[in-house]
Amino acid sequence: MRRFLSLGLLCLMLLSITVTAQAQTNSTASSTDDTAALELLEALDVESYTAKSEAITAILQSDDERARDWLQALLDGRLQRTEDGRFVLVLENRGRDWPVADVLTGEALGEMSRRDLERVGINNNLRNQLRSAIAVVDLYSPNVERRRTSAERLLGEVDSDLVQPINELIEQEEDDQVRYRLTQAVAIYRAEAGEMEGVEALDGSLHPRSRVALSRAANGDDPVVANAAAASLAGIEQQLKINRGLETLYFGLSLGSVLVLAAIGLAITFGVMGVINMAHGELMMLGAYTTWAMQQLLPGQPGLALILSIPAGFMVAALAGVAIERGVIQFLKGRPLETLLATFGISLILQQLVRTVISPLNRTVITPEWMSGSLVVNDALSLTLNRMYVLGFALVVFAGLMLIMRRTRLGLEVRAVTQNRAMARSMGIRATRVDIMTFALGSGVAGLAGVALSQLTNVGPNLGQNYIIDSFMVVVFGGVGNLWGTLVAGLSLGVINQVLEPWAGAVLAKIIVLVFIILFIQKRPRGLFPQKGRAAEG
Amino acid sequence: MTTLQHNTHTRSTHSYQKQAQSSRSPGRLATALLTAAVMGASTQVIAQDDDPIKVGILHSLSGTMAISETVLKDTVEMLIEQQNEAGGLLGRQLEAVVVDPASNWPLFAERARELLAQEEVDVIFGNWTSVSRKAVLPVVEELNGLLFYPVQYEGEESSENVFYTGAAPNQQAIPAVEYLINEVGIERFALVGTDYVYPRTTNRILEAFLKDEHGIAEEDIMVNYTPFGHSDWQNIVAEIRRFGEEGKPTAVISTVNGDANVPFYTELSNQGIDAADIPVIAFSVGEQELTGIDTGPLVGHLAAWNYFMSVDNDDNYDFIDAWIEYTGDDMAVTNDPMEAHYIGFNMWAEAVRKAGTTDVDTVKDAIIGVTVPNLSGGYAAMMPNHHITKPVLIGEIQDNGQFDIVWQTPSTVAGDAWSDYLPGSRDLIADWRKPMECGNFNVVNGSCGGSTAAEEAEAALAE
Repeated sequence: MRRFLSLGLLCLMLLSITVTAQAQTNSTASSTDDTAALELLEALDVESYTAKSEAITAILQSDDERARDWLQALLDGRLQRTEDGRFVLVLENRGRDWPVADVLTGEALGEMSRRDLERVGINNNLRNQLRSAIAVVDLYSPNVERRRTSAERLLGEVDSDLVQPINELIEQEEDDQVRYRLTQAVAIYRAEAGEMEGVEALDGSLHPRSRVALSRAANGDDPVVANAAAASLAGIEQQLKINRGLETLYFGLSLGSVLVLAAIGLAITFGVMGVINMAHGELMMLGAYTTWAMQQLLPGQPGLALILSIPAGFMVAALAGVAIERGVIQFLKGRPLETLLATFGISLILQQLVRTVISPLNRTVITPEWMSGSLVVNDALSLTLNRMYVLGFALVVFAGLMLIMRRTRLGLEVRAVTQNRAMARSMGIRATRVDIMTFALGSGVAGLAGVALSQLTNVGPNLGQNYIIDSFMVVVFGGVGNLWGTLVAGLSLGVINQVLEPWAGAVLAKIIVLVFIILFIQKRPRGLFPQKGRAAEG
Repeated sequence: MTTLQHNTHTRSTHSYQKQAQSSRSPGRLATALLTAAVMGASTQVIAQDDDPIKVGILHSLSGTMAISETVLKDTVEMLIEQQNEAGGLLGRQLEAVVVDPASNWPLFAERARELLAQEEVDVIFGNWTSVSRKAVLPVVEELNGLLFYPVQYEGEESSENVFYTGAAPNQQAIPAVEYLINEVGIERFALVGTDYVYPRTTNRILEAFLKDEHGIAEEDIMVNYTPFGHSDWQNIVAEIRRFGEEGKPTAVISTVNGDANVPFYTELSNQGIDAADIPVIAFSVGEQELTGIDTGPLVGHLAAWNYFMSVDNDDNYDFIDAWIEYTGDDMAVTNDPMEAHYIGFNMWAEAVRKAGTTDVDTVKDAIIGVTVPNLSGGYAAMMPNHHITKPVLIGEIQDNGQFDIVWQTPSTVAGDAWSDYLPGSRDLIADWRKPMECGNFNVVNGSCGGSTAAEEAEAALAE
């Protein structure tokens, strides 16, 4: 509460600042004030967080137009001090030596050892204070993006002092989104104060702050307002329920898409070729490590590296797959138990290889900017972007595989060889070559899954192990040898899991799904979409 | 197969040790000469005493826990090397005996038996997970060994043969929650953890503490468990988000273990939950864990430990420099369990010096009350309950993978083996000094509870 009050005061002061700053010319403001500015910064470098808080207020009250940059630097932990007491801005803080620039003049000072730099520390309370302060400053920014985030931040933080200036801003504002948020912010304030106008304005708003404000209004003294608030709350709850359902569905589909990606390669090697490849998970791991390696090769361009990893991951895993097929599996044809044991051994070898050659520790794969964050549908529903990309990627991979299997010569030959090997050979199909190509395809798809997984989970030697069981489960559940089955099985298992999770917990949900599959397989041993005809007997 | 592997491993470590000893020649040579001189003067009888003192290291070097435990093995080896450079202990050299229990809990017990029965080590430094400690416990007690356990744990245990140099709940979890309530003003708590003994016990203690001591209502506490290595956090994070949208300041207390933390924090940031809105305070995320993480999404989240690499203290800088030199890696990090081994090793060495022997029973008595410097500028003392005194620090994660210390207890806190907030264990104390010599003394009926009190406590935990 105290924070809100001080925020109002701040805003009033800022209003006067903006007026004076506009009146002043830029050149006079900065150079003359350097000593004063240094004093302001000095005040920040104290032990006590209370004193720091006061220093921040002092900086805001000053009419230095660099104040926002300082506060932002302080918020980001980039405002640091050298041993001789100079304030510098850290431009990049990776590694041991960091490039820095002088805070006052903006002059670049080259690289400095991090041992010689001392950060001006802040804590969460100060971080909140800084964010609110910057939000208020940003309301006057010419940059629309800044105004949007700032308006968003003000929801639920408006107090009596802020209402007037915000109302003035609403009239001047050109951007619809900012205007909407600011209106909402004022409405929340009004509703909490028990005003009918505010309650009416909030009707249908899904933002959590609006809900909190309405439920406070519903407990208010005025029965008319309280009833109105309760009525709109009921409507909002209904809306929220629908959104929640949609959210769970999205979660389910996204988990399902991961399962599909992990299983679809196996659906080809295991489902179509009949080879039990326990090293499938490790092929995924290789794909994930390829992503990491690409990012190492292209530092500073994680997005480009990720896109290039798609073909690279496919190739690496496909080549590894060919090596496994030529080196081991071809000698064990028709002996599933031995294939299982041998490929299990290969999976252990690959894991240990990565541990020895690269590291037993997990590797950091950076998520590119355009993949982090979420797509906001409304205030109660936002879809995380990384999972949306993976969902799309899974569908594209699936479509591509279907095309290959249905529409290309390779697909035709694969189907021919798996249905009747001897007959296919007598028709002039080189069965060995088809075996290699099919296995390479299945392995390559595992590599693609690894590239996608590197964005969702840890890239480490154990990555594959976590998915191998799930992959087999999906393939068996969907029906061996049926790609559509794998798609449907993966997506539905994902949705079932996510629907169960909220009330059963993550552990129990997994168990229930497993038990369900076991029972299902008892009833229908050939899965959801059993293969029909003579091929199924073989 | 594993035995074979393990044997070669031990042998290779031994030879590595010997190489290391002979390669660092000048100091070594002097010591050797000195020892030779002493030997010449002494009689045949104590010649046996010139055998190296064997230090067993029982940390997983493969499997899921290898990520965390390998560095602890290296830490002890480094400490042994330093001790040897300083002239050894009681005029004898130290020798590391490394075994690999491979993150396999029953194998921990086998390896511990091997260390004590075959290798006849004088002390063991080892274990990370509570399950593995529970597996080793009966072996160490049966063969009367010494075990130094360096990791924060759930408490409710005090063994005659184990020294707990990591934090008990009252040295990590409880102060962290008090920090959240008093300094941050949190009123709603989501307790999120991995599904095994440490998170479950800790959360039970925290729940009791929140309800009894701070009057937090049942509906303001949410508890959730996930399996090891959980990677799909969408639903749980959405639940946390909704839990935090009710208008009261909310925090997450995370006992999520290992690399499941990465997708957890990523999901938090993707769903737009910021440290300023809902801070997460973690008890298992340290500098080592952060090296495998893109720390961007974690900035501002909290961790509670008894040591951070960023502690501004000369002893700490020396330790970091030695560690970087030992590993040969400029970016090597130090963490809390490493400091615990540092303290534990020094305490043991001090006790051996005090006792004048490595005999387990004598050292066990001598070590109580031993005080050594910790790395954060204070001192750690071994208490009669085999726990030590530690300061509690709260740090905020920064984008360079380090912690900015935002709060710390004014003085050190003594570890409490039996929690004061659980019904069964409230009345128990542990005191291994003579004449009490009891790990679970019941102060109400005045008897060493033996099995019954411990069972009561366990029953209370199990309910």
